[in-house]
Amino acid sequence: MKRFIGFIKKEFYHIFRDRRSLFILFGMPIAQIMLFGFAITNEINNVDIAVLDHSKDATTKEIINKISTSKYFSINQFIDREADIETIFKKGKVKAVLNFEEGFSKNLIKNNKATIQIITDATDPNTANTISNYVNAILQQYQKGLNKHITIAYQIVPETRMVYNPELKSVYMFVPGVMTIILMLVSAMMTSISITREKELGTMEILLVSPIKPIQVIIGKVFPYIFLSIINAIVIVVLSIFIFKMPVQGSLFLLAFESVLFIITALALGILISTISATQQTAMMISLMGLMLPVILLSGFIFPISSMPLPLQVISNIIPAKWFIIIIKGIMLKGVGLQYLWKETLILVGMTIFFIGLSVKKYKIRLE
Amino acid sequence: MKIILYIIQKEFKQIFRNKGMLPIIFVLPLLQLVILSNAATFEVKNIKFGYIDNDHTSTSRALVEKFNASTYFNVLTDFPSEALANSSMLKGEVDVLLQIPHYFERDLQKEKHNNLGVTINAIDGAAAGVENVYITQIVQRFNQNIKVDILQVSDKQIQPIAIETIPLFWYNKTLNYKTFMVPGILVLLVTMITLFLSGMNIVREKEIGTLEQINVTPIKKSQFIIGKLFPFWVIGMGLLTVGLILAKVIFNIPIIGSLPLLYLYTSIYILVILGIGLFISNFTNTQQQAMFIAWFFTVIFILMSGLFTPIESMPKWAQTITEFNPIKYFVEVMRMVMLKGSGFMDILPQLLKTLLYAFIMNALAVWSYKKTN
Repeated sequence: MKRFIGFIKKEFYHIFRDRRSLFILFGMPIAQIMLFGFAITNEINNVDIAVLDHSKDATTKEIINKISTSKYFSINQFIDREADIETIFKKGKVKAVLNFEEGFSKNLIKNNKATIQIITDATDPNTANTISNYVNAILQQYQKGLNKHITIAYQIVPETRMVYNPELKSVYMFVPGVMTIILMLVSAMMTSISITREKELGTMEILLVSPIKPIQVIIGKVFPYIFLSIINAIVIVVLSIFIFKMPVQGSLFLLAFESVLFIITALALGILISTISATQQTAMMISLMGLMLPVILLSGFIFPISSMPLPLQVISNIIPAKWFIIIIKGIMLKGVGLQYLWKETLILVGMTIFFIGLSVKKYKIRLE
Repeated sequence: MKIILYIIQKEFKQIFRNKGMLPIIFVLPLLQLVILSNAATFEVKNIKFGYIDNDHTSTSRALVEKFNASTYFNVLTDFPSEALANSSMLKGEVDVLLQIPHYFERDLQKEKHNNLGVTINAIDGAAAGVENVYITQIVQRFNQNIKVDILQVSDKQIQPIAIETIPLFWYNKTLNYKTFMVPGILVLLVTMITLFLSGMNIVREKEIGTLEQINVTPIKKSQFIIGKLFPFWVIGMGLLTVGLILAKVIFNIPIIGSLPLLYLYTSIYILVILGIGLFISNFTNTQQQAMFIAWFFTVIFILMSGLFTPIESMPKWAQTITEFNPIKYFVEVMRMVMLKGSGFMDILPQLLKTLLYAFIMNALAVWSYKKTN
């Protein structure tokens, strides 16, 4: 036991001696969460729209005005010919063109009907679709104003209640996600090189001939990093509560417990990477190239998992980040306790045991 | 010239000797391109839908049937009580909950108007907005049907004014997400590989101590740097090539614009990334530090590139920051050239900025390299 404590002490010294790394380790997550919390949104604002108005009458002017005063759109360009649509799309700035038919106002009075084409640059399908929906909604509002005198019979009106995030803030979606990728990547990267470094620098052999057991070496290596990651997690949670006004509806204690659990899962994964790679470079590449994109794309951080093709939904289950995101959102936004999150918690526990077990096994093989 | 060739030869040998590294450089990125491109969709479908029918009439059943028939909703459960439904929502088994009130049909016939309770899990605000639109559309269509069924002649006399909108989706008629995402993800992979490899490379020699040995040889710094970075440039271009082939063959992504233009841009772009990598190498002592810094910038570059979320929706200060993001320009150029067929003049602004960026980064890198030695 004494020997083990001595080993842990050594590891602590090792980390805290390297001030530059520590500065990077603590500074980066803070900078990232501030940047992303404020900057990233999948809402649509100020999208550039151009207008091709064949009619140029009072009604079209009114509609253009309605659209350009909404916060979603800004109308800066007016074009005169159909051929110009292609040209401005190719430049890339303008995302949609509203094409008013000739005699718009006249048609509306005479036939009770007039047409607008909404031509969108659908290389970005999400933006294209949203633009089209929003323009439609604005026009419907406008239409309602025109049809004030008509009451429509038989109406079922959905009364929608948005729960857990009534203002539809996208920061509620992104803060848990950013928190997860930071904890996941930083933790995994830290431990992934801890053992490979010893191998590469040749100090591993010294460890191997020492009387410390393999499991003790691994625990000793992980231990200091648990501390570092916990401090990181605390900083992130404090920032998200005080700066981004994230609620913590559930128990702060549970949040702390789950964060520690997730940190240990990520560290264990790092250790596993460490035991299977020969050089630091390989270890780094596996943890960076192998984890970054899957964690961003398959965890439900940005893209809804339920919309993915079935095989990918299945694969997403092996991404620890997916379960942690469910847990954080549950605790912070829904305010649920362990009785709702025991399944996710158990999965993380299981993954951790699996990673550690496999690392110990791999590590032993090297001993022989 | 001969010296550079030797260095290049040495570097290539070093890369190809490392058997563990080869699959990471070539297989892992392409595998991710093929698999992960399918994950990146903002389309909202398979919505987990539950309902509480307090009315149990033909009208309420018909309404639920409408949701059932829609491809967006997976109708899961008919909850017997509100408590059970709420608990299911908390567990995350249901994301949209429809509540049909008591006497729904009777009141509808009597008052010609009725309310319907809809609860949406709005943690993902964007998805919740879309779900709301779907629900409104389904209910509206249902309204229309009732009207046709029961409408009296007198109601028909006044025809409402209608502005008809015709949505036209150019360049991607079917709104296929892969068309949008594959070029973007390819950009990421090319960037990550070249940045991580180059960022770690020189610092590794520093850490192991072999850099000093090279420094005492008669080789010039510029020769050394060119020799070091050239192999990664080749790897980046190779990755782009294989990626484009996969994009075409597997995802059938259109490549409308000029390929030479795409290659011209990429060849300059990779210089930017290599410059950044070298710069990072110069300012760090260990591979770990180098990778943390590379990771820090990569995450920022990725999330603020307009790849997943639109740049124009960011606050002004954040948009200013994106001006310094090389990935942003590469994503724009890839999508413009591949999907829209934008030409040289269209991408000239991006090309010039990237060229300037490449010049500045490499100048800085070479300058700082001299200083540390």
